[in-house]
Amino acid sequence: MLYDLFIGPFAEFDFMRRALVGVVALSVSGGAIGVFLMLRRMSLTGDAMAHAILPGAAIGYLVAGFSLPAMTLGGLAAGFAVALAAGAVARVTVIKEDASLAAFYLISLALGVTIVSLRGSAVDLFHVLFGNVLALDDDVLILLSGVATVSLMTLAALYRPLVMECVDPGFLRSVSRSGGLVHLTFLGLVVLNLVAGFHALGTLLAVGLMMLPAAAARFWTADITRLILLASGFGMVSGYAGLVMSYSAGSNLPAGPAIILAAGALYLGSLLLGTQGGLARRLLPRRHLRA
Amino acid sequence: MVAAPLSAIRLTDLTLGYDRHPAVHHLSGEIATGSLTAIVGPNGAGKSTLLKGIAGALSPLDGDIAVARGRRLAYLPQQAELDRSFPIHVYDLVAMGLWNRAGIFGRIGGGAAAKIEAAIAAVGLAGFERRPIGALSGGQMQRALFARLLLQDADIILLDEPFTAIDARTTADLLALVQRWHGESRTVVAVLHDIETVRRAFPQTLLLARETVAWGETGEVLTVANLLKARRMVEAFDSHAAPCERDAA
Repeated sequence: MLYDLFIGPFAEFDFMRRALVGVVALSVSGGAIGVFLMLRRMSLTGDAMAHAILPGAAIGYLVAGFSLPAMTLGGLAAGFAVALAAGAVARVTVIKEDASLAAFYLISLALGVTIVSLRGSAVDLFHVLFGNVLALDDDVLILLSGVATVSLMTLAALYRPLVMECVDPGFLRSVSRSGGLVHLTFLGLVVLNLVAGFHALGTLLAVGLMMLPAAAARFWTADITRLILLASGFGMVSGYAGLVMSYSAGSNLPAGPAIILAAGALYLGSLLLGTQGGLARRLLPRRHLRA
Repeated sequence: MVAAPLSAIRLTDLTLGYDRHPAVHHLSGEIATGSLTAIVGPNGAGKSTLLKGIAGALSPLDGDIAVARGRRLAYLPQQAELDRSFPIHVYDLVAMGLWNRAGIFGRIGGGAAAKIEAAIAAVGLAGFERRPIGALSGGQMQRALFARLLLQDADIILLDEPFTAIDARTTADLLALVQRWHGESRTVVAVLHDIETVRRAFPQTLLLARETVAWGETGEVLTVANLLKARRMVEAFDSHAAPCERDAA
């Protein structure tokens, strides 16, 4: 009975195993990236960039159909272009980065949907917007694992200046010129992970496995190493739980949204019960300490 | 021992500003190696701007800032862009001061750990190593930032209003550190508001009001006449000011 619910689907079906491997790979790097996005107050930036990827991927689709390389390259190009453009607009005009990102992502989303609709059906559009985590082939899995590997290695290499840039950007500027480069590399990793997430979860939900686990983890620990580990763990749990829920609900619950819903439930649970500023802790009166 | 050049910082007809409006106007002079200099002046006199310029965070509109070759510079801005909600401990914040030696990959080993502990103890924060920086008071935060400065082991130390909004005891402790740096022949330049502190602890003073009002021995600079003159010299930005005609010699 329990076996049928929790293990059976993965033992029985190849596509379920592939989906699980895919979300685990996404969670490994997405958790860490999400933590840094959150700590740098760039959560919405991540969201905006996820949308910005769409027109690039859509052009790839227009040219070559559902081709992994074409849509990946298109998405990467569009993501980098928007990240750079938003940064540049913020630097040379009076508009702040968040406002310029909002402008760019709205344009991108509308443009992307239009481009996909030019050639494809509503089903294709649905696929682009919400992904198809149950149809990951070898190439996509290799891409997802590759992105996770590259992201983790880059984060490990940049860890020190990245943390310094978050805590005290002025200080990093005063001792090193690496700040700008570190920031750009980080944005590059964000785009890379969003494009990877796009293949599994679609443009609208790709950012979900980054931000929700990171935000949930913040309610349990204030230590950055633990935050990263916990966020990745939460991502994997959400992925697994979402797949199980989706499988047992038959065809009624699409897998991608189920995964994000599971992550959302984890977030809400953490918000309620978390030991670091969770709601329950605030409501329960506890005597203050002696010192 | 490298022979120290006489001037640590040389300003030549320096104009610094924002959006073409000068905040520091045609400033020339030298800050001697090993000197302890206070920069004082009314609000809007360009004190912070000058420090920012020397630190290299602002490029001159005109003129030149020369920092003696091979000198390491440390800069503590007035409003550090510090994110105090970031989950990091005092220990790690102070450890950032080792960047020059450790860089991206360098190991922070046993010797460095002892240095970090010593710096934290020197600013009176022993026992606070594992506190998150968000839990520090204003004075404790400033102590932590001074510990980081200690580790930076810089030849030239620039402090922008380091004692503003800081309690008397912390001010006294941190001032003692500044004196120690002076004793170690480091060059220290600090923007200060409290004239009494300057008279007591700073041998050299630059009285600034966009231009130099007086620069030299503190006793000779901080006269009533000079202070009055400084107050009169600072005017509001004229948004319709014509381009400066003074010869940039």
